[in-house]
Amino acid sequence: MKKILAMALALAMTVSMAACGSSGSNSSAGSAGSAGSAGSAGDVSSEGNADFKVGAIYINSKSDTAGYTYAHNHGITTAMEELGLDTATQLVIRDEVLEDYDAVATAVDTLVGEGCNIIFGISFGYMQAMNDKAAEYPDVMFSHATGYMSNDTNFNNYFGRAYQARYLAGIAAGLKSLEMGNNNVGYVAAYGRQYAETASGINGFALGVQAVNPDAVVYVKELGNWADEVNESAFAKELIESYNCGVISQHCDSAQPQIAAQDAGVFGCGYNSDMTADAPNAHLTAAIWNWDVYYKTAIEAAMTCGGAENFVTAMGGPAYYGGLKENFVDVSPLNEATVAQGTQAAIDAVRELIVSGAWDVFSGVKLHVTVNEDGTATVEQEEAPLLCDGQELVDGALVERDAQVVEAGGPSVEDGVITGTMNYFVEGVEDA
Amino acid sequence: MGPEMDKLGVVTTFLHNIVVYNIPLLYGTVGEIMVEKSGSLNLGVEGIMAVGAIFGYIVGCYANSLGVGILTAFAAGALCGLLFAVLTVSLQANQNITGLTLTTFGLGVYFFVGNGVKAVRWPAMNDYPAIKEGFADIAIPGLSQLPVVGRGLFDHNLLVYLGVAVALAMWWYLRYTRPGLRLRAVGENPASADSVGVNVKRMKYLHICLGCGIMGVGGYYMGLNMSGSFNSSCWINGYGWIAVALVIFANWNPALAILGTFIFGFFNTLRVSGSSLAAAFPGPLGWLAAVPSQLYQALPFLITAVVLVLTSVRKREGSGLPASLGLNYFREER
Repeated sequence: MKKILAMALALAMTVSMAACGSSGSNSSAGSAGSAGSAGSAGDVSSEGNADFKVGAIYINSKSDTAGYTYAHNHGITTAMEELGLDTATQLVIRDEVLEDYDAVATAVDTLVGEGCNIIFGISFGYMQAMNDKAAEYPDVMFSHATGYMSNDTNFNNYFGRAYQARYLAGIAAGLKSLEMGNNNVGYVAAYGRQYAETASGINGFALGVQAVNPDAVVYVKELGNWADEVNESAFAKELIESYNCGVISQHCDSAQPQIAAQDAGVFGCGYNSDMTADAPNAHLTAAIWNWDVYYKTAIEAAMTCGGAENFVTAMGGPAYYGGLKENFVDVSPLNEATVAQGTQAAIDAVRELIVSGAWDVFSGVKLHVTVNEDGTATVEQEEAPLLCDGQELVDGALVERDAQVVEAGGPSVEDGVITGTMNYFVEGVEDA
Repeated sequence: MGPEMDKLGVVTTFLHNIVVYNIPLLYGTVGEIMVEKSGSLNLGVEGIMAVGAIFGYIVGCYANSLGVGILTAFAAGALCGLLFAVLTVSLQANQNITGLTLTTFGLGVYFFVGNGVKAVRWPAMNDYPAIKEGFADIAIPGLSQLPVVGRGLFDHNLLVYLGVAVALAMWWYLRYTRPGLRLRAVGENPASADSVGVNVKRMKYLHICLGCGIMGVGGYYMGLNMSGSFNSSCWINGYGWIAVALVIFANWNPALAILGTFIFGFFNTLRVSGSSLAAAFPGPLGWLAAVPSQLYQALPFLITAVVLVLTSVRKREGSGLPASLGLNYFREER
């Protein structure tokens, strides 16, 4: 008898846990959506789109309050509110969907069944399933972040020129390193050369640092994992203590590297969101994403393109790759308490060059930025080749690997390389 | 290549990190030894540490007191232990399954409570000076002046010293005190212990709760070491599972658990410090930088597997494995 009772109790415990999990996320869906409905009365675009539905597939929970999924969910809901769509009734979310073909395919089927007109998938591993489902459902539009697959009609991919924002953050870091008289800059990275996304970010940042401090060296410590808070903190501390780094940049989700920098009395550049609140005495500025910029563009195009088969054409091509110009990426407002004098002026000067299209990070032309005594900044172009060298450890010594040179004045590194095959570091970046 | 590395500094930092990042393993291991010595196998360490962590951190911050945080973490862990004891001791539920369930349950509570508090106002550790100062390093006079090992081993936060003290105290308790002897008797053969007048049920309840409370404090340590920043990954990060294996490694001896923690921590910390050691000593240790980070990531679990294999071939004599571990004691079947 006792055994039966015990089993029943254990069962009840298990069931109640499962119930907790799902009811938690249900309740937040309701609250997230309620804001959008009020202002829609006067909005012209919402009149004809009352039955337009947006679907979204997330890797983490939609009730996250920070991190990657949060950033996308925030972007989608913001964009929908700006377009006068009701996020309570016109947004359907499948969250905590693993990077597993069947799981993604099922999520897509569900969203199509709910009547979604456009479906966003935010994680790299959703790519193949979305590609196949786009062919299966030609009347539905598909849009996939961070990947490289697409078709000519109803399936595109999207990503941003984060390296541009990182270049600007690098300027802030470089000026700080000059002020501190410490040329060692640390970088806690999820991965290094293995992914073009991380390598292009590291290179962009390093070039920004070197634009103001040519003697600076960026030491990259690779986590081998996209999210690992314990080691994000430990790696930053290691860079500070053993490599004597005075500024810590990062390509990882949590604010741990910034907190570690603050605890050690040094400085840092965050990523993804403004991390000044996490480390007010250390944080300089962060390279950030404005996902709502893309989502607004895409949803607007989806509502007006007159059929799913026109979606890719309306988006101007199968791969959306916005940058500073579109305000898709940016740096967060400078932390006036920590940044070196003239940082704003230097960043603004370079930003203008990038936004106007006069110059870009991987164009093969290096910039030299100096902050003048009166706080203004001077930008000069250096006719120096952009040296990119990977390094490899052979018999205990680091040797050059795959040396590549982007000729000054020659053609820029192509977008396809920046997003796909950039597997090298520029000069002045070293493995730590 | 490389900045001018302070070679001794790198070694010092390495030693320091071995202690700082792995002390939670000691709490988890010592707590689990106490539970297992009573004859109960509790696989819920990960979940219990998570529950201790979240309640300890939040309550500790709001009270702005490290002591309150430690006590809360202990109480939260002990409550999980009570749940485990009610299910397995009184209701005779399967210990393995109850423990595994407790892990899932604990992680669920962690995220449920954490997200709930975060939605209102998350206490940032920076705003609670008493917690931050309480967790700051305290140098042991004299010893901390020694080169390398001084800063490496004798300049740590309060909870590091407390963890070592708890381990030593438990070693003494199990080996030299009457209740400790009774506890071991319960773990070896509860029927015999019962027949000589030991209250088996009470011993089990008491020590399961005590052990789980200690695990909870270990979880709290992890939260503090992460500066209390709450994100989508759990603070405990698999340490609870490693602790379960460390119990076997330490042969159910809390004093050996200290050694086990540091040996284990050595490999665990290589991931963080390996490349620094390689850069500081390119000749003898340069190869460390060539090890892929994925191998470093897998290392703690590879070591766990090796330890389990080695200990399982060891003879039964001299093993500290309680004979009735994992078996429920049902008095009426005596």
